[in-house]
Amino acid sequence: MTAHPGTADTAAKIVPQDVPAHASAGGTEAPVFYETKEHHAESSTMLGFWIYLMSDALIFAVLFATYGVLGRNYAAGPSPADLFDLPLIALNTALLLFSSITYGVAMLEVEKRRMGLTLFWLGVTGLFGLGFLGIELYEFHHLIEQGAGPQRSAFLSAFFALVGTHGLHVTFGIIWLVTLMFQLPKRGFIPENRRRLLCLGMFWHFLDVIWIGVFTFVYLMGVLLA
Amino acid sequence: MSAQSERQNTVEHHDTDDHDDAGAHHGSFKDYLIGFFLSAVLTAIPFWIVIYDVFRNPMVGAVVILIFAFVQIVVHMVYFLHLNSKSEGGWTVLALIFTSILVVITLAGSLWVMSHLDANMMPMSPAHMRSMP
Repeated sequence: MTAHPGTADTAAKIVPQDVPAHASAGGTEAPVFYETKEHHAESSTMLGFWIYLMSDALIFAVLFATYGVLGRNYAAGPSPADLFDLPLIALNTALLLFSSITYGVAMLEVEKRRMGLTLFWLGVTGLFGLGFLGIELYEFHHLIEQGAGPQRSAFLSAFFALVGTHGLHVTFGIIWLVTLMFQLPKRGFIPENRRRLLCLGMFWHFLDVIWIGVFTFVYLMGVLLA
Repeated sequence: MSAQSERQNTVEHHDTDDHDDAGAHHGSFKDYLIGFFLSAVLTAIPFWIVIYDVFRNPMVGAVVILIFAFVQIVVHMVYFLHLNSKSEGGWTVLALIFTSILVVITLAGSLWVMSHLDANMMPMSPAHMRSMP
Protein backbone atom coordinates (compact mmCIF):
# COMPACT_ATOMS: atom_id res chain seq x y z
CA MET A 1 0.00 0.00 0.00
CA THR A 2 2.20 2.75 -1.23
CA ALA A 3 -0.52 4.79 -2.89
CA HIS A 4 -0.27 8.51 -2.35
CA PRO A 5 -2.48 10.11 0.33
CA GLY A 6 -5.23 11.30 -2.06
CA THR A 7 -6.15 7.90 -3.43
CA ALA A 8 -5.79 6.18 -0.06
CA ASP A 9 -8.31 8.55 1.40
CA THR A 10 -10.92 7.98 -1.30
CA ALA A 11 -10.35 4.23 -1.12
CA ALA A 12 -10.96 4.32 2.62
CA LYS A 13 -14.49 5.57 2.06
CA ILE A 14 -15.37 2.72 -0.25
CA VAL A 15 -13.63 -0.34 1.26
CA PRO A 16 -12.32 0.80 4.64
CA GLN A 17 -11.69 -2.65 6.10
CA ASP A 18 -9.26 -3.62 3.33
CA VAL A 19 -7.11 -0.54 3.59
CA PRO A 20 -4.98 -0.03 6.68
CA ALA A 21 -5.67 3.26 8.42
CA HIS A 22 -3.66 6.06 6.95
CA ALA A 23 -1.04 7.57 9.19
CA SER A 24 -2.70 10.96 9.22
CA ALA A 25 -6.24 9.58 9.66
CA GLY A 26 -5.81 8.84 13.37
CA GLY A 27 -4.40 5.31 13.82
CA THR A 28 -6.93 3.08 15.62
CA GLU A 29 -10.01 5.13 14.63
CA ALA A 30 -12.87 3.02 13.30
CA PRO A 31 -13.67 3.50 9.61
CA VAL A 32 -16.05 6.39 9.04
CA PHE A 33 -18.75 6.15 6.39
CA TYR A 34 -20.15 9.25 4.81
CA GLU A 35 -23.33 7.48 3.80
CA THR A 36 -24.89 5.67 6.73
CA LYS A 37 -28.16 5.03 4.96
CA GLU A 38 -29.39 4.34 1.50
CA HIS A 39 -31.30 7.45 0.47
CA HIS A 40 -31.11 6.97 -3.18
CA ALA A 41 -34.33 5.02 -3.66
CA GLU A 42 -36.56 7.60 -1.98
CA SER A 43 -34.96 10.56 -3.65
CA SER A 44 -35.30 9.01 -7.09
CA THR A 45 -39.01 8.34 -6.43
CA MET A 46 -39.57 12.05 -5.93
CA LEU A 47 -37.68 12.92 -9.11
CA GLY A 48 -39.56 10.24 -11.02
CA PHE A 49 -42.87 11.54 -9.76
CA TRP A 50 -41.88 15.05 -10.75
CA ILE A 51 -41.11 13.82 -14.28
CA TYR A 52 -44.54 12.15 -14.35
CA LEU A 53 -46.07 15.52 -13.41
CA MET A 54 -44.15 17.19 -16.23
CA SER A 55 -45.50 14.64 -18.72
CA ASP A 56 -48.97 15.29 -17.32
CA ALA A 57 -48.34 19.00 -17.95
CA LEU A 58 -47.71 18.12 -21.60
CA ILE A 59 -51.10 16.37 -21.79
CA PHE A 60 -52.71 19.55 -20.47
CA ALA A 61 -50.62 21.67 -22.88
CA VAL A 62 -52.10 19.74 -25.80
CA LEU A 63 -55.63 20.16 -24.42
CA PHE A 64 -54.99 23.89 -23.89
CA ALA A 65 -53.72 24.16 -27.48
CA THR A 66 -56.86 22.38 -28.72
CA TYR A 67 -59.02 24.78 -26.76
CA GLY A 68 -56.98 27.73 -28.04
CA VAL A 69 -57.54 26.67 -31.64
CA LEU A 70 -61.20 25.64 -31.36
CA GLY A 71 -62.36 27.93 -28.56
CA ARG A 72 -63.92 30.50 -30.93
CA ASN A 73 -65.83 28.03 -33.10
CA TYR A 74 -69.31 28.30 -31.61
CA ALA A 75 -71.20 26.79 -34.59
CA ALA A 76 -73.86 29.48 -34.05
CA GLY A 77 -74.22 28.17 -30.52
CA PRO A 78 -73.61 29.79 -27.13
CA SER A 79 -70.33 31.62 -26.41
CA PRO A 80 -68.38 31.71 -23.11
CA ALA A 81 -70.04 35.00 -22.16
CA ASP A 82 -73.47 33.33 -22.44
CA LEU A 83 -72.49 30.26 -20.41
CA PHE A 84 -69.87 30.95 -17.76
CA ASP A 85 -70.86 32.10 -14.30
CA LEU A 86 -67.71 33.86 -13.09
CA PRO A 87 -68.63 34.20 -9.36
CA LEU A 88 -69.14 30.42 -9.30
CA ILE A 89 -65.73 29.91 -10.92
CA ALA A 90 -64.19 32.31 -8.38
CA LEU A 91 -65.69 30.19 -5.58
CA ASN A 92 -64.29 27.04 -7.19
CA THR A 93 -60.86 28.63 -7.49
CA ALA A 94 -60.99 29.63 -3.82
CA LEU A 95 -61.91 26.05 -2.79
CA LEU A 96 -58.96 24.62 -4.68
CA LEU A 97 -56.59 27.22 -3.23
CA PHE A 98 -57.84 26.49 0.31
CA SER A 99 -57.33 22.78 -0.29
CA SER A 100 -53.73 23.49 -1.33
CA ILE A 101 -52.91 25.31 1.88
CA THR A 102 -54.69 22.76 4.10
CA TYR A 103 -52.64 20.03 2.44
CA GLY A 104 -49.53 22.05 3.28
CA VAL A 105 -50.64 22.26 6.91
CA ALA A 106 -51.23 18.49 6.94
CA MET A 107 -47.66 17.96 5.72
CA LEU A 108 -46.36 20.18 8.54
CA GLU A 109 -48.27 17.96 11.02
CA VAL A 110 -46.69 14.91 9.40
CA GLU A 111 -43.28 16.38 10.19
CA LYS A 112 -44.36 16.76 13.82
CA ARG A 113 -45.69 13.17 13.75
CA ARG A 114 -49.14 14.14 15.02
CA MET A 115 -51.54 11.58 13.62
CA GLY A 116 -54.85 13.14 14.70
CA LEU A 117 -54.12 16.58 13.27
CA THR A 118 -52.63 15.11 10.10
CA LEU A 119 -55.81 13.14 9.46
CA PHE A 120 -57.94 16.18 10.31
CA TRP A 121 -56.17 18.43 7.76
CA LEU A 122 -56.13 15.70 5.14
CA GLY A 123 -59.88 15.35 5.70
CA VAL A 124 -60.39 19.11 5.31
CA THR A 125 -58.36 18.98 2.09
CA GLY A 126 -60.56 16.16 0.83
CA LEU A 127 -63.72 18.11 1.66
CA PHE A 128 -62.48 21.17 -0.24
CA GLY A 129 -61.63 18.87 -3.14
CA LEU A 130 -65.12 17.36 -3.02
CA GLY A 131 -66.64 20.85 -2.92
CA PHE A 132 -64.66 21.77 -6.02
CA LEU A 133 -65.81 18.63 -7.83
CA GLY A 134 -69.40 19.17 -6.73
CA ILE A 135 -69.48 22.70 -8.18
CA GLU A 136 -67.82 21.51 -11.38
CA LEU A 137 -70.34 18.69 -11.81
CA TYR A 138 -73.17 21.14 -11.10
CA GLU A 139 -71.77 23.43 -13.80
CA PHE A 140 -71.43 20.59 -16.32
CA HIS A 141 -74.94 19.37 -15.55
CA HIS A 142 -76.29 22.90 -15.94
CA LEU A 143 -74.53 23.33 -19.31
CA ILE A 144 -75.73 20.01 -20.68
CA GLU A 145 -79.26 20.75 -19.49
CA GLN A 146 -79.19 24.03 -21.45
CA GLY A 147 -78.24 22.11 -24.58
CA ALA A 148 -74.60 23.23 -24.33
CA GLY A 149 -73.12 19.74 -24.06
CA PRO A 150 -69.82 18.63 -25.59
CA GLN A 151 -71.50 17.78 -28.92
CA ARG A 152 -72.93 21.28 -29.42
CA SER A 153 -69.86 22.99 -30.92
CA ALA A 154 -66.09 22.66 -31.26
CA PHE A 155 -65.72 25.23 -28.49
CA LEU A 156 -67.76 23.10 -26.09
CA SER A 157 -66.00 19.86 -27.10
CA ALA A 158 -62.63 21.43 -26.34
CA PHE A 159 -63.98 22.96 -23.12
CA PHE A 160 -65.35 19.67 -21.76
CA ALA A 161 -62.17 17.79 -22.78
CA LEU A 162 -59.87 20.24 -20.97
CA VAL A 163 -61.93 21.00 -17.85
CA GLY A 164 -63.14 17.39 -17.64
CA THR A 165 -59.58 16.03 -17.70
CA HIS A 166 -58.66 18.38 -14.86
CA GLY A 167 -61.74 17.29 -12.91
CA LEU A 168 -60.82 13.65 -13.49
CA HIS A 169 -57.37 14.33 -12.03
CA VAL A 170 -58.96 15.91 -8.96
CA THR A 171 -61.21 12.84 -8.62
CA PHE A 172 -58.23 10.49 -8.63
CA GLY A 173 -56.42 12.79 -6.22
CA ILE A 174 -59.32 12.47 -3.77
CA ILE A 175 -59.37 8.67 -4.13
CA TRP A 176 -55.62 8.63 -3.42
CA LEU A 177 -56.15 10.95 -0.43
CA VAL A 178 -58.85 8.71 1.09
CA THR A 179 -56.63 5.65 0.55
CA LEU A 180 -53.80 7.33 2.46
CA MET A 181 -56.20 8.37 5.23
CA PHE A 182 -56.87 4.67 5.81
CA GLN A 183 -53.27 3.58 5.35
CA LEU A 184 -51.79 6.22 7.66
CA PRO A 185 -53.46 5.22 10.97
CA LYS A 186 -52.90 1.55 10.15
CA ARG A 187 -49.18 1.65 9.35
CA GLY A 188 -48.11 4.90 11.06
CA PHE A 189 -45.61 7.46 9.78
CA ILE A 190 -43.39 4.88 8.11
CA PRO A 191 -41.05 6.16 5.36
CA GLU A 192 -43.27 4.63 2.67
CA ASN A 193 -46.32 6.52 3.89
CA ARG A 194 -44.38 9.77 4.16
CA ARG A 195 -43.12 9.29 0.62
CA ARG A 196 -46.68 8.68 -0.59
CA LEU A 197 -47.87 11.82 1.18
CA LEU A 198 -45.10 13.86 -0.45
CA CYS A 199 -46.05 12.52 -3.89
CA LEU A 200 -49.75 13.22 -3.36
CA GLY A 201 -48.84 16.71 -2.15
CA MET A 202 -46.92 17.41 -5.36
CA PHE A 203 -49.85 16.03 -7.38
CA TRP A 204 -52.36 18.16 -5.50
CA HIS A 205 -50.37 21.40 -5.80
CA PHE A 206 -49.73 20.62 -9.46
CA LEU A 207 -53.49 20.39 -10.09
CA ASP A 208 -53.87 23.82 -8.54
CA VAL A 209 -51.21 25.11 -10.97
CA ILE A 210 -53.13 23.65 -13.92
CA TRP A 211 -56.31 25.25 -12.59
CA ILE A 212 -54.62 28.69 -12.74
CA GLY A 213 -54.26 28.10 -16.49
CA VAL A 214 -57.86 26.89 -16.78
CA PHE A 215 -59.56 29.78 -15.01
CA THR A 216 -57.38 32.36 -16.79
CA PHE A 217 -57.29 30.94 -20.30
CA VAL A 218 -60.74 29.34 -20.50
CA TYR A 219 -63.07 31.24 -18.17
CA LEU A 220 -61.64 34.76 -17.80
CA MET A 221 -60.29 35.18 -21.33
CA GLY A 222 -63.36 33.43 -22.73
CA VAL A 223 -65.68 35.97 -21.14
CA LEU A 224 -63.37 38.92 -21.83
CA LEU A 225 -62.84 38.27 -25.54
CA ALA A 226 -66.17 36.71 -26.45
CA MET B 1 -8.06 17.22 13.39
CA SER B 2 -10.76 19.41 12.05
CA ALA B 3 -11.45 17.11 9.10
CA GLN B 4 -12.07 14.22 11.49
CA SER B 5 -14.54 16.12 13.64
CA GLU B 6 -16.30 17.35 10.53
CA ARG B 7 -16.77 13.76 9.45
CA GLN B 8 -18.08 12.88 12.87
CA ASN B 9 -20.61 15.67 12.59
CA THR B 10 -21.76 14.44 9.22
CA VAL B 11 -22.37 11.01 10.66
CA GLU B 12 -24.24 12.35 13.65
CA HIS B 13 -26.35 14.51 11.41
CA HIS B 14 -27.36 11.50 9.39
CA ASP B 15 -28.13 9.51 12.51
CA THR B 16 -30.51 12.04 14.00
CA ASP B 17 -32.10 12.89 10.69
CA ASP B 18 -34.40 9.91 10.38
CA HIS B 19 -36.51 11.27 7.57
CA ASP B 20 -34.43 10.90 4.46
CA ASP B 21 -37.02 12.51 2.21
CA ALA B 22 -34.69 15.33 1.14
CA GLY B 23 -35.39 18.52 3.08
CA ALA B 24 -36.00 20.42 -0.13
CA HIS B 25 -39.60 19.19 -0.29
CA HIS B 26 -40.70 20.70 2.99
CA GLY B 27 -41.85 24.23 3.53
CA SER B 28 -42.56 26.11 6.70
CA PHE B 29 -45.96 27.38 7.75
CA LYS B 30 -44.76 30.86 6.86
CA ASP B 31 -43.99 29.69 3.31
CA TYR B 32 -47.51 28.33 2.88
CA LEU B 33 -49.03 31.49 4.33
CA ILE B 34 -47.03 33.79 2.01
CA GLY B 35 -47.93 31.57 -0.95
CA PHE B 36 -51.59 31.59 0.02
CA PHE B 37 -51.86 35.37 0.36
CA LEU B 38 -49.95 36.02 -2.86
CA SER B 39 -52.17 33.51 -4.70
CA ALA B 40 -55.35 35.00 -3.24
CA VAL B 41 -54.36 38.49 -4.44
CA LEU B 42 -53.12 37.24 -7.81
CA THR B 43 -56.45 35.42 -8.30
CA ALA B 44 -58.74 38.20 -7.07
CA ILE B 45 -57.31 40.91 -9.35
CA PRO B 46 -57.88 39.05 -12.66
CA PHE B 47 -61.46 38.19 -11.63
CA TRP B 48 -62.03 41.83 -10.68
CA ILE B 49 -60.59 42.98 -14.05
CA VAL B 50 -62.95 40.73 -16.02
CA ILE B 51 -66.12 41.01 -13.94
CA TYR B 52 -65.97 44.83 -13.71
CA ASP B 53 -64.56 45.36 -17.23
CA VAL B 54 -61.69 47.45 -15.94
CA PHE B 55 -59.90 47.87 -19.26
CA ARG B 56 -61.70 49.45 -22.19
CA ASN B 57 -59.64 47.39 -24.63
CA PRO B 58 -60.24 43.69 -23.92
CA MET B 59 -56.90 42.73 -25.49
CA VAL B 60 -55.07 44.79 -22.85
CA GLY B 61 -57.10 43.03 -20.15
CA ALA B 62 -56.25 39.64 -21.65
CA VAL B 63 -52.52 40.36 -21.63
CA VAL B 64 -52.70 41.64 -18.04
CA ILE B 65 -54.54 38.55 -16.72
CA LEU B 66 -52.10 36.26 -18.56
CA ILE B 67 -49.23 38.01 -16.79
CA PHE B 68 -51.03 37.55 -13.45
CA ALA B 69 -51.49 33.84 -14.23
CA PHE B 70 -47.81 33.44 -15.05
CA VAL B 71 -46.75 35.14 -11.81
CA GLN B 72 -49.16 32.99 -9.80
CA ILE B 73 -47.79 29.81 -11.38
CA VAL B 74 -44.29 30.87 -10.29
CA VAL B 75 -45.62 31.61 -6.77
CA HIS B 76 -47.17 28.11 -6.57
CA MET B 77 -43.98 26.47 -7.82
CA VAL B 78 -41.86 28.26 -5.21
CA TYR B 79 -44.11 28.29 -2.13
CA PHE B 80 -46.22 25.14 -2.56
CA LEU B 81 -44.08 22.80 -4.66
CA HIS B 82 -40.89 24.11 -2.93
CA LEU B 83 -39.03 24.13 -6.19
CA ASN B 84 -35.50 25.46 -6.09
CA SER B 85 -32.41 25.00 -8.18
CA LYS B 86 -30.86 22.74 -5.53
CA SER B 87 -33.61 20.11 -5.12
CA GLU B 88 -32.61 16.74 -6.63
CA GLY B 89 -29.33 18.28 -7.78
CA GLY B 90 -31.09 20.60 -10.19
CA TRP B 91 -32.87 17.87 -12.16
CA THR B 92 -36.37 19.01 -11.23
CA VAL B 93 -35.68 22.52 -12.51
CA LEU B 94 -34.09 21.11 -15.66
CA ALA B 95 -37.16 18.93 -16.29
CA LEU B 96 -39.39 21.94 -15.67
CA ILE B 97 -37.45 24.13 -18.12
CA PHE B 98 -37.59 21.40 -20.76
CA THR B 99 -41.33 20.95 -20.22
CA SER B 100 -41.93 24.71 -20.35
CA ILE B 101 -40.13 24.92 -23.71
CA LEU B 102 -42.31 22.09 -25.08
CA VAL B 103 -45.46 23.74 -23.70
CA VAL B 104 -44.58 27.07 -25.33
CA ILE B 105 -43.81 25.38 -28.68
CA THR B 106 -47.07 23.38 -28.53
CA LEU B 107 -49.27 26.34 -27.61
CA ALA B 108 -47.67 29.08 -29.69
CA GLY B 109 -47.14 26.74 -32.64
CA SER B 110 -50.74 25.45 -32.67
CA LEU B 111 -52.27 28.91 -32.35
CA TRP B 112 -49.95 30.42 -34.95
CA VAL B 113 -50.28 27.66 -37.57
CA MET B 114 -54.03 27.26 -37.14
CA SER B 115 -54.74 31.00 -37.29
CA HIS B 116 -52.80 31.22 -40.58
CA LEU B 117 -54.65 28.19 -41.90
CA ASP B 118 -57.91 29.85 -40.94
CA ALA B 119 -56.91 33.14 -42.62
CA ASN B 120 -55.94 31.33 -45.84
CA MET B 121 -59.16 29.35 -46.15
CA MET B 122 -61.33 30.23 -49.11
CA PRO B 123 -64.07 32.57 -47.93
CA MET B 124 -67.47 30.96 -47.89
CA SER B 125 -70.79 32.61 -48.59
CA PRO B 126 -73.84 31.82 -46.46
CA ALA B 127 -75.30 30.05 -49.50
CA HIS B 128 -72.29 27.72 -49.62
CA MET B 129 -72.58 27.18 -45.87
CA ARG B 130 -76.20 26.06 -46.17
CA SER B 131 -75.40 23.51 -48.86
CA MET B 132 -72.62 21.97 -46.74
CA PRO B 133 -73.05 18.31 -45.86
